[in-house]
Amino acid sequence: MVEECIGTSVPRKEGWDKVIGAARYVDDIVFPGMLHGATIRSSIARGRIEKIHYGEGIPWDEFTIVTAADIPGDNSTKMFVGEQPVLAETDINHPEEPILLIAHPDKDMLRRARLAITIDYVKDTPVLTIPESLSKSPVIWGEDNTFKTIRIDKGDIELGRTQADQVVEGEYFTGASEQLYIENNGFIGHYDPEEGVTVWGSMQCPYYVHPALCDIFKLPKTKVRVIQTETGGGFGGKEDYPTMIGAHAALLAYKSGKHVKLVYDREEDMAATTKRHPSRTIIKTGVTKDGRLTFMDIDFVLDGGAYMTLTPVVLSRGSIHAAGPYRCDNINILGRAVATNCPPHGAYRGFGNPQSFFALERHMEKVAKAVGLSSEEFRRRNYLKDGDLTATGQVVADRVDMNALMEEALTAADYHAKQKRFEEENKTSPIKRGMGFAAFFHGSGFTGGGEKNLASIAGIEGTAEGKVRVLAASTEIGQGAKTIFSQIVADTLGLPYDMVEVAQPDTHDVPNSGPTVASRTCMVVGKLLQTAALALKQSLVQEAGMDEAYTPEGFAAACRQFVKDKGVLRRYAQYQQPAHIEWSDVTYKGDAYASYGWAIYVAEVSVDTRTFEAHVHDFVALQEVGKVIHPIMAEGQVQGGVAQGIGYALYENVVWKDGRMINNQMTNYIMPTASDLPVIRVLFAEKAYTGGPAGAKGVGELPIDGPAPAILNAIEHAVGVPVNIIPATPEILMKELEAAGV
Amino acid sequence: MSEQQGVTKREFTFEVNGEKRSVTNFPAARLLDVLREDLELTGCKEGCGEGECGTCSVFMDGIVVNSCLVPLAQVQGRQVITVEALGEDPLGQILQQCFWEENGAQCGICTPGMLTAAVSLLRRNPDPSLEDIQDGLAGNLCRCTGYKKIFDAVALAAERARANGTLNTTQKGQEVSV
Repeated sequence: MVEECIGTSVPRKEGWDKVIGAARYVDDIVFPGMLHGATIRSSIARGRIEKIHYGEGIPWDEFTIVTAADIPGDNSTKMFVGEQPVLAETDINHPEEPILLIAHPDKDMLRRARLAITIDYVKDTPVLTIPESLSKSPVIWGEDNTFKTIRIDKGDIELGRTQADQVVEGEYFTGASEQLYIENNGFIGHYDPEEGVTVWGSMQCPYYVHPALCDIFKLPKTKVRVIQTETGGGFGGKEDYPTMIGAHAALLAYKSGKHVKLVYDREEDMAATTKRHPSRTIIKTGVTKDGRLTFMDIDFVLDGGAYMTLTPVVLSRGSIHAAGPYRCDNINILGRAVATNCPPHGAYRGFGNPQSFFALERHMEKVAKAVGLSSEEFRRRNYLKDGDLTATGQVVADRVDMNALMEEALTAADYHAKQKRFEEENKTSPIKRGMGFAAFFHGSGFTGGGEKNLASIAGIEGTAEGKVRVLAASTEIGQGAKTIFSQIVADTLGLPYDMVEVAQPDTHDVPNSGPTVASRTCMVVGKLLQTAALALKQSLVQEAGMDEAYTPEGFAAACRQFVKDKGVLRRYAQYQQPAHIEWSDVTYKGDAYASYGWAIYVAEVSVDTRTFEAHVHDFVALQEVGKVIHPIMAEGQVQGGVAQGIGYALYENVVWKDGRMINNQMTNYIMPTASDLPVIRVLFAEKAYTGGPAGAKGVGELPIDGPAPAILNAIEHAVGVPVNIIPATPEILMKELEAAGV
Repeated sequence: MSEQQGVTKREFTFEVNGEKRSVTNFPAARLLDVLREDLELTGCKEGCGEGECGTCSVFMDGIVVNSCLVPLAQVQGRQVITVEALGEDPLGQILQQCFWEENGAQCGICTPGMLTAAVSLLRRNPDPSLEDIQDGLAGNLCRCTGYKKIFDAVALAAERARANGTLNTTQKGQEVSV
């Protein structure tokens, strides 16, 4: 009998090479005769290119130079409407827009050449902020600067108004933030007239890069190959932009006939690639005297940047979650994403939810105060329960008890006792302490019909060596995908963990199991692997005479025999949407997600009223994410997400000037260090979900949704002043506290 | 290219992971690039290029340095130890094992630098408190873990290294070269 490994913390498949320094990231790979590439980018936010000057003293004939005119096919990154060019032709729509690519064998020469290129522009007036974009002067995109509008209507908001004893209104702002994976973006490109285009790179989604390269190079699918190298973190930041970099490396390779490496340095990566969408949210809620919500009217706006890219999907998730885990019969949500002349904002862990939950959970504090209830009592009266309807009309069926979760989290944090103690101590201390929490949920997998449309495929191979091999394009980016997949397959087949291998994502070898995003890898792709593994077993029983009651040795022998007699043994499974899921992209009604993770996060903070620095001293993260497949890795995911959330709340401030990030260095964009963070305490309430493997739901994104509102709620408790803008840097806190006379 | 703003390449000799190596490059070439490109030791990584992230940490004469900030000229005649050789050191080996077990490496890009800093910390302080570990690793940024699993790995390694005599608690407070 082989021991089950789901639910145990087996050694990570991808772990050992990383700890001995042997894992090969893209910048560690060298090909003979390889060139180094660089990207020449716009220095203005909006306008037209007049003339490009190649300065003196540079042997330009030694360089490979690529412009938009060198692109064999479509000049488009192919995200949604596909209006984002791979290289700008004449129009410039944001700072750092790629214009020109250069490559040379020598990095020093490349650096000099980069500085020797100057570009003349005719400048136009840019749109730089959400209010400027909403005012439509000037219009820079479509008819009214709006990329996408979403309306979610439930019940009758006017009826809700008549039922309200009071209406509470608030406005909330969140800034941009940088994913700040420690490995910068990079790709190596190669072109061979026979084999076509091959790219190796740091990425989350090989099958986003693949179809784009087919169109950019006018090549059939078989002539484009995308291989993921070890990837040093992604967090959404390597979801869509790698398509751009992969295309650039491949274009330089196509023109030069050599391998070309294009690896960004930190400053370029931070200034040019995507960040979390800044947001502005106005919430109006009706509430009765006894603290029941009668209506919620939410106006949620995201700054999408200069091109649409992934923005509609981010807006969709953020809008769907905007009313939070609360029951309310009358809800209007208006979600809008608008264009500005900043570099396009994109995916970052949480994907619209950190913005909408910050607004909502700050607002819930305000409403609780307005009706004279404690934060927890007000929420207790309004939480969604099984059988209730969410904003989109989905029936809650997760068997979740938010009141019980809240009790458990508040107890673990010693919330009530500390609240009382701090209130007393704060009277005499210049350092004010406070407790706060946030309640939230996060849908696992793609929104609505996303998984159905994607129709992902994953496979299992029985190898000639008698092992089983996972075939999926889902990438290991630090979260432990290879380990989770191996655990699921090992338990499905009753085989030891060591018998399972995982293929490196390579579009010539693995099927399209979809992008590594949306907390879908374990729940959706893991489930496909279960199905494929069972199909593989079936084939061995039926076609190779394997005994149903096989041993691992018997299974290995059957694989070897099958491959010897009949050739390659691979079985695939494709996503089938469960029959009960119904969703409309038109009305935004129905089952937005197959399942949700639910959570209560509690923060203990201090604010020094002399320096205006805020610090988090304790953090309790309690979540219900179904069955935990690998406890240590799941804890690590939550701790990492909370750490990023603490950075988002307090430290990580993107400073803009004329549409460009000007603090694009680790020196002045401040992420939390080992000594800035509390020990993040992680608790799981495991209620198995039937749809995922062994009852697992998504866990990757949820942890970044809650910290910012929990921390700002705690800051309000500490200083008695509501702060509704993040990051709450000392500058912001000083301004807000001084304005309130504290 | 043999010239960099009028400066020519020269030969520099130093010890890397116990072997004598000679490199011909500019005096101002970054040790990081020399290790990664000239000597093909790609274990140390570039994260920020300005000494903020610690991802490029290596030992130079037993002291942890950010190799992105060290010009080659300063390395002449010195001893450099990179992550590739940490496994040959008993303490390095224990730390690698504990990082693996405790999930101290998620995406792995900060791991070589983090391990280097951890070896240095435990050499100075074989029985560190949580606060000592936090301070000792504060120069190394990690974006995946929230640091907790790294603290766990270092604490476990300290315990194991003390138990098997790799670390001697009477050494506390001393600078010991690797």
